[in-house]
Amino acid sequence: MSEPLLVIRGLKVNFYTYAGVVKALDGINLEVRQGETLGLVGETGCGKSVTALAIMRLVPDPPGRIDEGEILLRGKDLLKLPENEMRDVRGNNITMVFQDPTTFLNPVMTVGAQVAETLLIHRDLRKDLLEERVAKLSEKLEKAESTDKEAGALKKQIEELKNLDPAKFHASRRDLKQVAVRRSVELLRTVRLPEPETVVKQYPHELSGGMRQRVIIAMAIACHPELLIADEPTTALDVTIQAQILDLLNDLKQTVGLSAMFITHDLGVVAETCDRVAVMYAGNIVEVATTDRLFEKPLHPYTEAMLRAIPKITERRIELESIHGSVPNLIEPPAGCRFHPRCPFVMDVCKKIKPELVEIESGHMVACFLHTEKMCK
Amino acid sequence: MMEHTEDLLNVKGLKKYFPIESGVFGRGLGKVYAVDGVSFSIHKGETLGLVGESGCGKTTVGRCVLALERATSGEVYFRGENVLKLKGAAMKKMRSKMQIVFQDPYASLNPRWSVRNIIAEPLRVTGRESKSNVESAVLVLLKRVGLSEDHLNRFPHEFSGGQRQRIGIARALSVDPELIILDEPTSSLDVSVQAQILNLLKQIQREYKLTYLFISHNLSVIKHMSTRIAVMYLGKIVEISNADELFRKSLHPYTKILLESIPVPQPKTKRKKERIKGDVPSAAHPPSGCRFHPRCPIAVEKCKQIEPDLIEYSPGHYAACHLAGKW
Repeated sequence: MSEPLLVIRGLKVNFYTYAGVVKALDGINLEVRQGETLGLVGETGCGKSVTALAIMRLVPDPPGRIDEGEILLRGKDLLKLPENEMRDVRGNNITMVFQDPTTFLNPVMTVGAQVAETLLIHRDLRKDLLEERVAKLSEKLEKAESTDKEAGALKKQIEELKNLDPAKFHASRRDLKQVAVRRSVELLRTVRLPEPETVVKQYPHELSGGMRQRVIIAMAIACHPELLIADEPTTALDVTIQAQILDLLNDLKQTVGLSAMFITHDLGVVAETCDRVAVMYAGNIVEVATTDRLFEKPLHPYTEAMLRAIPKITERRIELESIHGSVPNLIEPPAGCRFHPRCPFVMDVCKKIKPELVEIESGHMVACFLHTEKMCK
Repeated sequence: MMEHTEDLLNVKGLKKYFPIESGVFGRGLGKVYAVDGVSFSIHKGETLGLVGESGCGKTTVGRCVLALERATSGEVYFRGENVLKLKGAAMKKMRSKMQIVFQDPYASLNPRWSVRNIIAEPLRVTGRESKSNVESAVLVLLKRVGLSEDHLNRFPHEFSGGQRQRIGIARALSVDPELIILDEPTSSLDVSVQAQILNLLKQIQREYKLTYLFISHNLSVIKHMSTRIAVMYLGKIVEISNADELFRKSLHPYTKILLESIPVPQPKTKRKKERIKGDVPSAAHPPSGCRFHPRCPIAVEKCKQIEPDLIEYSPGHYAACHLAGKW
């Protein structure tokens, strides 16, 4: 088992509104391991996005507040960091791709300027600039005659630049910007945008939804983050474009070596991209398992019902099984297990005590008395 | 069902172009070819699924059929009568035969009206029920879609998305229609609620002997609901077939790729995947010849020049492709 990169312990997030306190996250525990893709699934309002925002410490405050818990990135508690250090973590260590690519790009900045901005803020580009200059001079040197006086001078210049400490190198802001734009072109090429040289000069409205999402992904991977959080990255896109973006994210995971957290309500997307899945319901994590295992043998009644509720193209049924009722109001959530009013197997204990997430089999955790009771016996 | 192949709706060469205008005087700059020569028919009692990516014109087809949008040209026959030529009282009468449930249940219900008013309005307008009966008719409809008497005096904002869609369905049912156009009725809902609504739609179809035109971009939902499926691409129908056959043996490369692009909630089935290059071209400047050719993996020279016709390859299975089935 690989080491956990991110550990969330007892995270509680509340929103203090006029109507009452919305208990959005009710003490969740979660782990993202090195190199894996973790899927976070659930219905609207179950707390998937709040989890992501809490990790980034971007929960809008007020009305939201992270009241309890810890979020450990390689053992360092993000919730205790001062804001300026947290700003470094965002973008350098953890980045995020949002659902709607249109609203997260600045409409009055060119694509190149936006990608370059990320690089200018988070990365020391002086080294890149030096390398670029050396490369340029070497090229010149190759063209020049070896006996030339010029060649000797060039060689000397190259040596000088190579020995220069990047930290002491005084580069002009303009030069750095140019390097950043050139790096942006490379990044856009990595995310397979056609004609990146043209795209850097364009504005977001000139691009299609799929292209915009690629730009956002380019910005997200610009600084080689350890963890990429993708919040419904393909929900706004058409299926054919969705397939392209999912392929890209899968490939990047390998080439760039990312760990990722994928938030989605589409179980199909989970099946195609994730190694492990955590199922959320009304602010709680109800089940965690490997993807194969979850689809094969779901344990929690909610997971089971949800899997049966999706129409599948491989089979034909007259009636879909649906979960009766609707998602509870989180201002006054049901006591005990929050799923109990909709659960077909509800017992007395479910109405009183909140079930804990318990490991039933290796790597398969579930928060349901149906299974934990059995274990006790 | 085969003995009942009476056509309820017949659409012939439907076209809808939206002008692109600019400036004070609305100088024409060109046209968006939203729907460009679409023909299909819907048999009585069946569900025809209309599927395609955003911007392919599927919603516009639905709106033109109901004459909510004035078609540029083409004919829409409902029981042999051209809907697009109807006016005044005849149109009003026809409208009660054809109803629509919209995609966004948040925008399609008047926020200032109580549920009672929303459902009663069509009854009052068409004069189907006497004033004294309206109340009880509304209640029957409300109960049929799974809501209760307590909901009568509430307003749309008090309901969840699924409940609002139920209200929209009750409103469409109120005038006793024969055809209901369902324009992405579940795309804004969660899976568990989506299942409830799809089940409801199937139940009332059986009960009221309804015919559906089901518009959606979600192929799994379309397959679950439809008897036959029409696939649209950039304003044209590229393939029509029986639902099962379309999934088993698609003829058009676009359909094939579309089917392979859907993420399937079964992690063990790793399928061979073909992807489409690039994005959907703009409907204002559709490509010459076959509109799919710039993205088609098997396009040949002929595809760039000659537009393929919708040809019947096997009984009831039509495709518009020069290379249909040769892939």
